[in-house]
Amino acid sequence: MDFRLNEEQQMIQNMVREFADKELAPVAARLDEEGEFPHEIIRKMGALGLFGLPFSEEYGGTGAGYLSYALAVEEISRACASTGITYAAHCSIGAGPIYLFGTPEQKKQWVMPCAQGKMLAAFGLTEPNAGSDAGGTQTTAVPDGDGWVLNGSKCFITNAGVAKVAVITAVTDKEKGSRGISSFVVPTDTPGFKVGQPYRKLGLNASDTREIILDNVRLPKESMLGKPGEGFKQFLIALDGGRISIGALSVGIAQACLDASLKYARERVQFDQPIAKFQAVQFKLADMKMKTELARTMVYKAAWLKDQGLAFSMEAAIAKLYASEAAMQNATEAVQIYGGYGYMKDYPVERYFRDAKLMEIGEGTSEIQRLVIARLLGC
Amino acid sequence: MKMFVCIKRVPDTSEADVKIDQTGKSVDSSRFSFGINDADNYAVEEAVLIKEARGGEIKFLCIGPKDSDVVIRMSLAKGGESAVRIEDPRINQKDPLQVAKVLAAAIKREQFDLVMTGCMSADDSNMSVGVALAEELGVSHAAMVKSVEILDGKIKVKRELEGGLTEVVEMSLPAVITIQTGINVPRYAPVRGIREAQKKELKVLKLEDLGLAEEEVSEAGSRVELMKLYIPVVASNAEMIQGTPDEKAEIMAVKMVKGGLL
Ligand SMILES: Cc1cc2nc3c(=O)[nH]c(=O)nc-3n(C[C@H](O)[C@H](O)[C@H](O)COP(=O)(O)OP(=O)(O)OC[C@H]3O[C@@H](n4cnc5c(N)ncnc54)[C@H](O)[C@@H]3O)c2cc1C
Ligand SMILES: Cc1cc2nc3c(=O)[nH]c(=O)nc-3n(C[C@H](O)[C@H](O)[C@H](O)COP(=O)(O)OP(=O)(O)OC[C@H]3O[C@@H](n4cnc5c(N)ncnc54)[C@H](O)[C@@H]3O)c2cc1C
Repeated sequence: MDFRLNEEQQMIQNMVREFADKELAPVAARLDEEGEFPHEIIRKMGALGLFGLPFSEEYGGTGAGYLSYALAVEEISRACASTGITYAAHCSIGAGPIYLFGTPEQKKQWVMPCAQGKMLAAFGLTEPNAGSDAGGTQTTAVPDGDGWVLNGSKCFITNAGVAKVAVITAVTDKEKGSRGISSFVVPTDTPGFKVGQPYRKLGLNASDTREIILDNVRLPKESMLGKPGEGFKQFLIALDGGRISIGALSVGIAQACLDASLKYARERVQFDQPIAKFQAVQFKLADMKMKTELARTMVYKAAWLKDQGLAFSMEAAIAKLYASEAAMQNATEAVQIYGGYGYMKDYPVERYFRDAKLMEIGEGTSEIQRLVIARLLGC
Repeated sequence: MKMFVCIKRVPDTSEADVKIDQTGKSVDSSRFSFGINDADNYAVEEAVLIKEARGGEIKFLCIGPKDSDVVIRMSLAKGGESAVRIEDPRINQKDPLQVAKVLAAAIKREQFDLVMTGCMSADDSNMSVGVALAEELGVSHAAMVKSVEILDGKIKVKRELEGGLTEVVEMSLPAVITIQTGINVPRYAPVRGIREAQKKELKVLKLEDLGLAEEEVSEAGSRVELMKLYIPVVASNAEMIQGTPDEKAEIMAVKMVKGGLL
């Protein structure tokens, strides 16, 4: 048992922390306010090799592992959760499924440029009528000559408007229910692949979330990921990894809430003393610290298990669930500690509060995580 | 161009609560986060820029415990071939002359053209190791360097002086320069560099390996003694002057004359 990060992991953490502090933190509020996607920052992250962390060197990655990747997502998200979700969606559920289930050719063509930061990827699973119940997918893929034709729509898709490639799930065999779902690797410049205007969101405003419309999108045979009917199984596996990254994102937000609150509580004077001297405020800060540390420990454990090639579904669900709720609770307390100032856009905790909420919804709601854990318990 | 860059691991005290420990001669560093000394980070970048432009070899030197390896390897991740870490509890790091002696002993064993240090360390702020190191090595030096130009067998540097003055100095190599912050924009270590740095040579040496005797570099051999470290009390004894504006002015003037201010 060893709870310390190794030297390489510490270095990656230090480097990304420095990058996030200098490049992201100063602009995060403005990006959120203006709903601006940070293309230049994403380019720099790509050049540093951050998108290659979870992928092997063979496919353009750096082979540093999932724990190193989780550390990077955490540090980026501590400064800017919008950039955190762009990063996490790109690696875990965008390029991730191609890396996990693609042929060597598909991986060379798509994972390699994704890992090298030359393009972004998206994952189109959710539909207007299929959210938590993703088995209820209605998008169809019909055989056509030597290929497939896709029709349908996907909603709330991160990176939809900035990605060059998207993994899309569609029904190839209606009779078989969830076993009739397959996934496809779709270049976003394919005729018929359209995206809507960016959604107007509560938070994560510097991330790109849009609807995808598939209007007779004609794809070659080789664009299928794995075999027909494997789509459902594939996205469950991809989401296991994705949950670790949402957990890491949540830890970043939880830590940001604690840092901001501690600083403010020491400075803000009421009743002739810093509010940090009031036990009621101290207990809030202590709880925030406790939750952040517990969430972090669970996220690292899940990532470590994945790196060891051990089963990690249960731990990933626990990490995602606990960390996202910790982030939301910390954000709520952070606004409380800031009082009226916390309600204002001039202070960062207002943004943390809005950003944190998505963590309890995306990649499986808290209710679905509890369901996953209960099922794995054998209920 | 064979370069040595001296780097130190220091605590980040900008945000932390600084408390004196029980010895009364050191601070409690248990909750600090550590990193490379700010000025040294610029020295690392300057060496890498010189190497990229003209070729050459960079070796990093650090006196410090095993925890310093992360800082050393981070520099290796940006460029540079190898590093030496000197770890020996007998070295008295409080005396900049002794620190310079240890660094010089490590450098002298090899051929060198240019040695770079930071102009100042963030923890002890002596501003003297680089200059003392030049003396130990018997070569020229320039302190507070804000720009470097490599010439044939020579080096031309700009130095920052007080009062906004800049001094231009030309020196023959080998030489020591102490780098001022802001000379360049330090890069972030790319992940690939971080991975490769794990495989680069990092030798750990002791006094015996450097041919140094304990009394040359230990506290007993130092002519400097740290007496006490304390946080000065912030005293405030403001006196509020009452009265009409005219009365206040008069009282104030009297006080100033009495106090020797007028
Ligand atoms: C900003 C943002 C980014 C997103 N990015 C992506 C993306 O990149 N790709 C993608 O495919 N999707 C993405 N999503 C979609 C996201 O994954 C879904 O919103 C989420 O899975 C929930 O689905 P839903 O919105 O349809 O809610 P519903 O499934 O309708 O759920 C509504 C409520 O019912 C509860 N509920 C549903 N089923 C059960 C049950 N069995 N037991 C108990 N409670 C239940 C839920 O927990 C929730 O509280 C994104 C969403 C947002 C907001
Ligand atoms: C904490 C700190 C901060 C500093 N900040 C800056 C900075 O921001 N910018 C900068 O450029 N430098 C800075 N310095 C450097 C500082 O200005 C020099 O260390 C200082 O001016 C002394 O110069 P020197 O070291 O070259 O000593 P020298 O010039 O060699 O002088 C050393 C001593 O020798 C004696 N001496 C020298 N010449 C004569 C003479 N003609 N007649 C009689 N006695 C003489 C004097 O006693 C003198 O004090 C800083 C130094 C310290 C320690």
